[in-house]
Amino acid sequence: MQITVKLFATFRAGRFAVEPRTYPPGTPIVEVIRELDIPEAQIGMIMLNNRHAEPEQELHEGDNLSLFPLVGGG
Amino acid sequence: MDKIFRVNMSDLSTKIEAVPSAWAGLGGRGLTSTIVAAEVPPTCHPLGENNKLVFAPGLLTGTPAANSGRLSAGAKSPLTGGIKESNAGGTAAQMLARLGIKALIIEGLPKGDAWYSLHVTKDGVTVQEETELLGKGNFAVIEALEARLGKKTGILTIGQAGELKMTAANISVKDPDSKIRSHGRGGLGAVMGSKRIKFITIDDQGAPGVKVAEPEKFKTAARTFAKALLDHPVSGEGLPTFGTNVLVNILNEAGGLPTRNFTYGQFEAHEKISGETMHDTIVERGGKPKHGCHAGCIIQCSQVYPDKEGKYVTSGFEYETIWGIGADCCVDNLDDIAVADNLMDDIGIDSIETAVMFGVAMEAGILPWGDGKGIIRLLKDEIAQGTPLGRILGGGAGSVGRAFGVTRVPVVKNQGIPAYDPRSVKGIGITYATSTMGADHTSGYTIATNILNVGGHVDPLKKEGQVELSRNLQIATAAVDSTGMCIFVAFPALDIPECLPALIDMINARFGINLTGDDVTELGKYILKTERQFNIAAGITNAHDRLPEFFTTEPVPPHNAVWDFTDEEIDEFWNF
Ligand code: SF4
Repeated sequence: MQITVKLFATFRAGRFAVEPRTYPPGTPIVEVIRELDIPEAQIGMIMLNNRHAEPEQELHEGDNLSLFPLVGGG
Repeated sequence: MDKIFRVNMSDLSTKIEAVPSAWAGLGGRGLTSTIVAAEVPPTCHPLGENNKLVFAPGLLTGTPAANSGRLSAGAKSPLTGGIKESNAGGTAAQMLARLGIKALIIEGLPKGDAWYSLHVTKDGVTVQEETELLGKGNFAVIEALEARLGKKTGILTIGQAGELKMTAANISVKDPDSKIRSHGRGGLGAVMGSKRIKFITIDDQGAPGVKVAEPEKFKTAARTFAKALLDHPVSGEGLPTFGTNVLVNILNEAGGLPTRNFTYGQFEAHEKISGETMHDTIVERGGKPKHGCHAGCIIQCSQVYPDKEGKYVTSGFEYETIWGIGADCCVDNLDDIAVADNLMDDIGIDSIETAVMFGVAMEAGILPWGDGKGIIRLLKDEIAQGTPLGRILGGGAGSVGRAFGVTRVPVVKNQGIPAYDPRSVKGIGITYATSTMGADHTSGYTIATNILNVGGHVDPLKKEGQVELSRNLQIATAAVDSTGMCIFVAFPALDIPECLPALIDMINARFGINLTGDDVTELGKYILKTERQFNIAAGITNAHDRLPEFFTTEPVPPHNAVWDFTDEEIDEFWNF
């Protein structure tokens, strides 16, 4: 299946901002995080199709996955 | 001993008073709101002789505590008609604290047409007539005053907007680089203008300094506190690297980035105005990605944004401004937004109110969507000149909506709604509705928990838990706003257990007292209730704790969410 992965802030360094990527059906989010070599402790927010998501959630064809380090403002 | 400095503009007299015992334990917002509630008749005209303008440094300002150099300004707001506290960085707060000035209270109105300035020293305040700098922008005022009185002079000033008593006018505070931070919201610049004070200068030579009752205890607590600030990923790394503007992409992903005057929750060109792009642009052009608004800030969320030639354009370039001129007006050119930001600082007009206003102005057909150059032109040629159109624009979003018959006007208590759509981030909607300040994100920043996963997580799209979240944050914020701390200490305070106790220990060590966490919560509640009492007496009741109608009838994509709280559910907020 193909999903779109978007990375933000420091996660972009040495990686990418947006990329279509292919994974076996049913891959959980945490697999993508591992494959991208992002230490799990650095994950601040995960958004799947514009909703907050958990690392265990499974991905589906056409999903939009966004990964953010812990950042903030106001 | 700390003192109250009082200036009466009706007879141009000044006094130094002892601090009443009831005010001794207060600072910052707690003190300005207490003084306004005690001394200003709630029904008075905000620009008339009975309103008072109060400045107060926080309880910890002037000590070595990290991030404690914020100044509170308070009055009855000409924008909302209710009580107002607005706090800002800059150098003035620490100078006032070192001078032992607990509060500076300015009352009355001068009789004639003359304009004045105030000069504050350890011996008191002197009132002088001012002619030379009238009609000048804030940067010119700062430059002239540094030439007149020396580089170290602390300065509070109003631009043309304040002189013209526009209800979006702010009060500018000189920062350590002779640039500007602002008491932005609520039109306090118009109150200063009504009193015909162009600027206030501060000379802290011979200041007694701030005495700490228990220095050893203070040092230990201050170290723990600073460590928490640096250890937390938001305050230690995120804010210094990307500034607050990192939020553009986050809110866009969450579908809560108000776009085209609150019509959509996402902006197509978000990447072009994002914190990531801004960071790369600043680095590439040789600007400064991190910068503090006052000495002692160790978070440094501010930055210096240069143009293509590397020349200074603006600093303190915040998410809310970039969102407002950017997504809300559909302007996708960060350079234009930066020029507008600098102009708003110079004219002395709140960059949030004004950005929200431009969204409404575009809806009204005054400018085409996305016309960044048009915004710059209206700022320069209409607002700064005080033309009839400029005065309508300078009155903020509500003013333009009324003048042009627009129905989609995002305001609460006539104050513009910032940067986070309340339909798709419901906690912040409760804060906008109930805040004593009018729509104000900083007064209970639920974005932390709704979006950023700081202090837990409350689903932004559901109603459950939002009232309680907003209430807890508003109570805590009122207390933090009294310490002189920058509100960004809330990120570590929500997550790192040692942070808040260290903050309380610093207050205790500073005054030789024994506050507990509960006392601090009680202080927050007392402040909110005092402010609310003032508002009710001014005619602002729970009927005004409501969002504009369009939020309940127009679903916002991508979630197609509407504002769906009942009046009773919102009113639960005040149940404490
Ligand atoms: S973190 Fe930002 S707003 Fe807070 S004190 Fe530092 S520069 Fe000022």
